[in-house]
Amino acid sequence: MTPYDPGADVIEVVRQPPPGPVAGAYRIFGATLRGLKTTFARIPEGPVTIQYPEEKTPVYPRFRGRHKLHRFETGDPAHPGLEKCVGCSLCAAACPADCIRVVAAENTPENRVSAGERYAAVYEINMSRCIFCGYCEIACPFDAITMGHDYELSDYTRSDLIFTKEMLLAEPIERSPLRAEGE
Amino acid sequence: MMHLGDVNYFEPWWIQIVKALVIFVVAFAILPMLTIYERKLLGRFQARYGPNRVGPFGLLQPVAEIIKFATKEPSRPTTSIGYLFRIAPIIAILTAIAALALVPWGDVQDIFGTKVGLYGIDVSIGPLYVFALAGISFYGIMIGGWASGSKYSFLGAMRGAAQLISYEVSQGLALVGVVITAQTLSLTQIVHAQEGMWFFIPQFAGFLIFMVASFAETNRSPFDLSEAETELVAGYFTEYGGTPFVAYLFAEYMNMFVVSGIVVTMFFGGWLLPFGIDPPGWVDPIVVLVKMMLFVTFFIWIRATLPRLRYDQLMAFGWKVLLPLATLNLLGTAIVVAH
Repeated sequence: MTPYDPGADVIEVVRQPPPGPVAGAYRIFGATLRGLKTTFARIPEGPVTIQYPEEKTPVYPRFRGRHKLHRFETGDPAHPGLEKCVGCSLCAAACPADCIRVVAAENTPENRVSAGERYAAVYEINMSRCIFCGYCEIACPFDAITMGHDYELSDYTRSDLIFTKEMLLAEPIERSPLRAEGE
Repeated sequence: MMHLGDVNYFEPWWIQIVKALVIFVVAFAILPMLTIYERKLLGRFQARYGPNRVGPFGLLQPVAEIIKFATKEPSRPTTSIGYLFRIAPIIAILTAIAALALVPWGDVQDIFGTKVGLYGIDVSIGPLYVFALAGISFYGIMIGGWASGSKYSFLGAMRGAAQLISYEVSQGLALVGVVITAQTLSLTQIVHAQEGMWFFIPQFAGFLIFMVASFAETNRSPFDLSEAETELVAGYFTEYGGTPFVAYLFAEYMNMFVVSGIVVTMFFGGWLLPFGIDPPGWVDPIVVLVKMMLFVTFFIWIRATLPRLRYDQLMAFGWKVLLPLATLNLLGTAIVVAH
């Protein structure tokens, strides 16, 4: 086997002669002045830092944060509407991280929880496993589960990160500012 | 027969002690402020805030850090050489403080009938004293790096030694131009010689050379090769922690402060003000301090701007560019002054 001959693959680059001491010093001086101008221009602009706990990064409207479960709207807080979730477990089937657990139960005339035949007796999302892909939202045939905007989900124990149906149904505290139009 | 008055020791002995204490206390009050000033300003240059959590605007950050460092356990590597390891930061900080005594803060004032010179000492060999102390201060780096017994410290110390020796020559030659122009070695007399025109105008080349060499002498970016945290962890003080580390840190800031003072004295007319403004004597130290802070700001500005030089570039620049320029500047000055 013949050794690799670069041949026509090599493109010759014409290099400028290295600057002499005077030209070199002049170039260094000019480059230094330009650099000083660049850094000084940052001062009137001000910091770009977001002071996190006090200021928060605004999120886009389609940002995928903590999940929400929904009810039908009645407009009356004393008599909340029926749950949209019918316990079909399609979200659990779609979930790539396998973090949703649904246990369905039959609706009865005495105890009607959802609009369908069945309802979710247990609905748990393990937030420490969730990858916030939003597939559950897409899989849901009744728009019962959607992704909210909240991204502050840390907690002290793993069990605290398993969100139950009550937590997901409750009106979430919107802590994350929404990005303004056109921003 | 020499008298003490001939070497400017016209003051009573207790005034010397009071002056030394005042300078010491003021300097050590300014140093922590310099650290927070540098970090805040550096942040602004880099479009961020800098420390702003401790106290109002983060101004108590140095206090928190001093407490942190002071309460740390003193430790040293088993390979280090005990007494040299302990002595090195002391040399570094002591020479830096001793050099501060040279900076003239004002002329001789008449305070309640006692003549007091607003400076630590006004020796008749001003710049030589500065260079003597700079020469000793580099033992602080050398011994500290060598006695640590670690490769990074050793490399940093070697680099520091080579760098300081190379740049001290140019720095000295740049100052000789000023000394020839002023015809005196006393720093107060040099300031008085600038009453007509500040020396940075006739000695502009000398001023530029001195500034560049000073960056190398104080181990400041872009010449911080002896620290070089991206290559050598922390260079010569890698193995130091707690108070010895603070000593090195303060020595660095003190050197920067002293060099600013020397620049102000030699090239920017010390306590003099332009346009014939002649304030009362007590304003002089404030004028000097403001001018010094301008140069400290410039040091920080340069640090925010320029990347570190490669080692061979540093040496080539020092010996092939700076030293010939300094020599030419000295020759030119000598010819002009002799005429």
